[in-house]
Amino acid sequence: MAETHEGATRRDFIHVASATMGAVGAACVAWPLIDQMNPAADTLALATTEFDVSGVEEGMAVTIVWRGKPVFVRHRTAKEIEEAGAVDINDLPDPETDGARAAKPEMLVLVGVCTHLGCVPLGQKATDPRGEWGGWFCPCHGSHYDTSGRIRKGPAPTNLPVPPYEYISDTVIRIG
Amino acid sequence: MSGPNFSNPVVRWIDHRLPVFTFMHHEMHEYPTPKNLNYWWNFGSLAGIVLVIMLLTGIILAMHYTPHVDYAFQSVERIMRDVNYGWLIRYIHANGASFFFIVVYIHIFRGLYYGSYKAPRELLWMLGVVILLLMMATAFMGYVLPWGQMSFWGATVITNLFSALPGVGEWIVTLLWGGFSVDNPTLNRFFSLHYLLPFVIVGVVVLHIVALHRFGSNNPLGIDVRGKQDSIPFHPYYTVKDMFGLGVFLTIFAAVVFFMPNAMGHPDNYIPANPLVTPAHIVPEWYFLPFYAILRAVPDKLLGVLAMFAAIAVLFILPWLDRSPVRSATFRPLFKIFFWIFAANCVLLTYLGGKPAEGIYVILSRLATVYYFFHFLILLPGLSIFETPKPLPRSISQPVLGSGTAGASKENS
Repeated sequence: MAETHEGATRRDFIHVASATMGAVGAACVAWPLIDQMNPAADTLALATTEFDVSGVEEGMAVTIVWRGKPVFVRHRTAKEIEEAGAVDINDLPDPETDGARAAKPEMLVLVGVCTHLGCVPLGQKATDPRGEWGGWFCPCHGSHYDTSGRIRKGPAPTNLPVPPYEYISDTVIRIG
Repeated sequence: MSGPNFSNPVVRWIDHRLPVFTFMHHEMHEYPTPKNLNYWWNFGSLAGIVLVIMLLTGIILAMHYTPHVDYAFQSVERIMRDVNYGWLIRYIHANGASFFFIVVYIHIFRGLYYGSYKAPRELLWMLGVVILLLMMATAFMGYVLPWGQMSFWGATVITNLFSALPGVGEWIVTLLWGGFSVDNPTLNRFFSLHYLLPFVIVGVVVLHIVALHRFGSNNPLGIDVRGKQDSIPFHPYYTVKDMFGLGVFLTIFAAVVFFMPNAMGHPDNYIPANPLVTPAHIVPEWYFLPFYAILRAVPDKLLGVLAMFAAIAVLFILPWLDRSPVRSATFRPLFKIFFWIFAANCVLLTYLGGKPAEGIYVILSRLATVYYFFHFLILLPGLSIFETPKPLPRSISQPVLGSGTAGASKENS
């Protein structure tokens, strides 16, 4: 392409143009070959879950499955809600108020997957270790979550995510 | 070129049309090999043989295995209990993976000690690092296939490493999973790739050998072959030596396969995968432990992942970090000491990777991680400047025969 005399320039143009067309064509063919690895239609079809939270008593926690992942539903005690609300959010690694994380303050719904490397944190059973802030504790690499599921200590970069959900009646939530 | 004279007429007929016999003769019989290779040089051919064992047993296992989340665990148990000699073939394959890494790690440390990565063998070395990476990917995906607890959570943790990448991380992880968590699509594609990658390894091994045969093997003295008196044909001298080493290797391998086949495995992998319960203590297979220790030593997620990949990436640029013109540690008094410290540090990292990430283990992991990179990035370039190597012998024959030009008529070694 560095050639400057006339004949070569025209030929170079054809070379570059055809190589470009070839690259575009190859990219078009490559996309289906890559995209087939993304979630298939039947996997996507299972993307919502409904759950009746009325059976979850105060102080109790239940694990349900949404998109193959555990979702924690925890009916918090008044003390736990108070602890979660009392924190100065500027002290948090991933600042978020407790109010923004629960549609109804007593019923906390979280994706139960540690944001570090994807283990399931302990704390759903009363006998589990719940970490230094009484929420959840991830045994894999030692992340501590508080009673709002916010990261307080350990390698996890962000809070346990709140899945998209809404109350479709007084007691039934639909996740996804 | 004047090819060898084959007496068998069929061989001659074929060789005239397809010169495979000439090729074999050239690469095996004529191929001049330094005559002073010690037993550490056995591990290259040994790695090749273990690769063949893994391919054979793997292809057989694929005939009985079902890559589906509902059947994978049971099909592996069926192989163990019902398939004729299935237990043997699976134990050879599972332990073969561990032995493959033992052999390859020794092969790598031999290269580090004798400076086999230095000019003109840089590409040979880099192809070897590519093989190591492919082996790691293959071993990881193979470990997922039995679909036990360690399979599932190992797959979850390792694929989640990519989520640390800013921007594209989540997209890549979903693409790897084919869903929103490790599930049936993940198992299917891991099986497909676990079957494919060994053949890619074979391809890179061929390139590795082509690069090797360009300049021939390095040797314990680390000096170039000066002429005929310094070398012997590969066949029969080194084929015999390699066969002896293979016999020793197979004895040890068989002892493990028959008497302690689960010693290097993890009992939790005999519990079927449960996506809702993480085992209390997740550890990868032992051959990943040093890198796992480096991952956990860094308190930041992204930097931890980068440090882990950098631990292997640094091997690619090793030929340009160690600038000393002397290859063999035999003539580098300081390098020799630091080599053994580095090796001990790698053993320490392996130990720490298997320990929980708390207390003293975290501090030690950090120190060992820093030392790992210090060795490559600061010590080796520094040594190339400050170290005074011992005088090199004039040729491979000289230390034995007293003169670099003496004929290699008869020589005991």
